[in-house]
Amino acid sequence: MKHEINFTLNGEAVTCAVDIRKSLLEMLRDDFELTGTKEGCGVGECGACSVIIDGRTVDSCIYLAVWADGKAITTIEGIAQSDGQLAPIQAAFIEAGAVQCGFCIPGMVLASDQLLKDHAQLSRAEIRRGLSGNMCRCTGYQKIIDAVQLADAKRQADPKTVVLPHFKIEQ
Amino acid sequence: MYDITDYHEATSLAEVFKLAAADPKARIVAGGTDTLVKSWAEVPAFTGIALIGITRIPELQGIVCQEDGTLIIGALNTFVTIEHDPLIQKYTPLLSQAVSLVGGPQTRHMGTIGGNICNAGPAADSAPALFTYNTTCEIQGPDGVKNVPIADFYRGPGQTILKPGEVLTRFKIKAGDYQDFHGHYTKFARRNALDIANLSCAALVKVQGEQIRDLRLCFGAAGPTPLRMPVAESYAKGKPLTDATLAQIGQLCLQDTHDITDWRDTKAFRDHLVTVLPGRDITAALRGA
Repeated sequence: MKHEINFTLNGEAVTCAVDIRKSLLEMLRDDFELTGTKEGCGVGECGACSVIIDGRTVDSCIYLAVWADGKAITTIEGIAQSDGQLAPIQAAFIEAGAVQCGFCIPGMVLASDQLLKDHAQLSRAEIRRGLSGNMCRCTGYQKIIDAVQLADAKRQADPKTVVLPHFKIEQ
Repeated sequence: MYDITDYHEATSLAEVFKLAAADPKARIVAGGTDTLVKSWAEVPAFTGIALIGITRIPELQGIVCQEDGTLIIGALNTFVTIEHDPLIQKYTPLLSQAVSLVGGPQTRHMGTIGGNICNAGPAADSAPALFTYNTTCEIQGPDGVKNVPIADFYRGPGQTILKPGEVLTRFKIKAGDYQDFHGHYTKFARRNALDIANLSCAALVKVQGEQIRDLRLCFGAAGPTPLRMPVAESYAKGKPLTDATLAQIGQLCLQDTHDITDWRDTKAFRDHLVTVLPGRDITAALRGA
C-alpha cells in the first residue's frame, strides 16, 4: 500500500508515493538514491542512519517513511555548499583526521552539525553527550570530538564567516 | 521493510477511537522507538497489523501547571522536551534528570514519555520518577475518561491495563507530591548512553533538619514492573539522616524487590545494588538541594 507524501528534502520540495512499510532510511536510499545515509544496526542503537528532521537528529531506520510528510529533512548529501565546497564541519573532520573507515561519518557529521547549530559554544563534555547516539568502531572518538571542537573554535574566532578554510571536492 | 498492513495518521482522539473500533487488532504507535524495533524483530503482536500514528494529535501535547499546582504532562511529549521544560525543571527535576538518561539524543528526540510507560518495560527510565511522584495516568477511550495511579497501570512486563482503542493521554502530579521533595535517579548500566539499565533507582526525599520526613523509592529492573519500596519507605519516616539509617533502608529494600539473573546481570549483583543505590540517591538528592 502506498501513501502520497510531500516534504522538503535537502532544501527541495518533493512528492513521493511511498510504500507504508518502508522506513525513512529505505525511502531515502531506494526511492531517492541518496545512499550517503547508512544502515548500521537497524534498531536505533548506532546512529549510522542519522538524518536531520526539522532541526533534530533522528535515526531514519526507526522512522516510518510516511512520517516525513510535511517535514524538512537534511541528509549528508544536503550539507555541502551548492558549489561543492564542503560545509565547515566536514572540513573540520578532514583537518582533524576524524575519519577512518567512514561508515559512521555521514551520521556523525550531521549530528555534529546540528549540535553546533543548537549551541553557541560547546565544551568537550557537551560534544561527547551530543554525539552519544552515534557509534564509531574505528576512531575511538577522540579525533571526532577534536573535529567538532575545531569547527566550534573556528566559528568563535570569526562568527561572521560561514564558510571556513575548506577543501574543494575534485570535479 | 516493516511487516505492517496499513498506516493511519490520526489527528484527533476521536479519530483514534474510530480507527481502533474499525480494526481492533491495529496498534497505536507514538515515537516508534520501541514499537518499530519490536516490529523489526518480528515480535508477533507487532507484525501483520496496521499502525495508528498519534504524534500529530494536539490534545496529547503540552505541559502545564494548574492553579492548584497540579502538573499536567501530555503523553506525547518527547524526552528532550521533558528534560528541558521549565515547569518540569522547576517542580519535578527528578523526572527531567531521569529522562535525560534515556538511550541517546536520537531516541530522546523521538521517544515519548507516554510511549515509555505504555511499552511497560521494567527498566524504562521515566517510570521510577513517575512512580515516586505518585503520578496519575489519565486514560481516554470510547467510553470516557479514567484516572489510574501509575502503580496500577502495569500488569507485567510489556503489559498494561489499556484496552484496545484506549489511549494514555496525560500524566498528573499533585503539588503535595513534589513540593519540598528532593530527588535523584541512578541508572546503573554498562555504558553512559545507548544502554538499558541493569538496575535503576529513583529516590524522592523530604527532610526536616537532620530527620527524614518522607521517603519514596522506586526501582526499575528489580522485578517484572517498576516497584515502590513500602517497607523501607515506612521505616525511614522520622529516622535521623545517618549512614546507619541509609544502610538499613537499603537492606529493607530487599524485602520488596524481586531480582533475577538474566543476560544483563546476576541476581547477586542486582541485590547488592538494591542495598546501596537508595543511600547514594538520597545523599545525592540532598547535596543538590
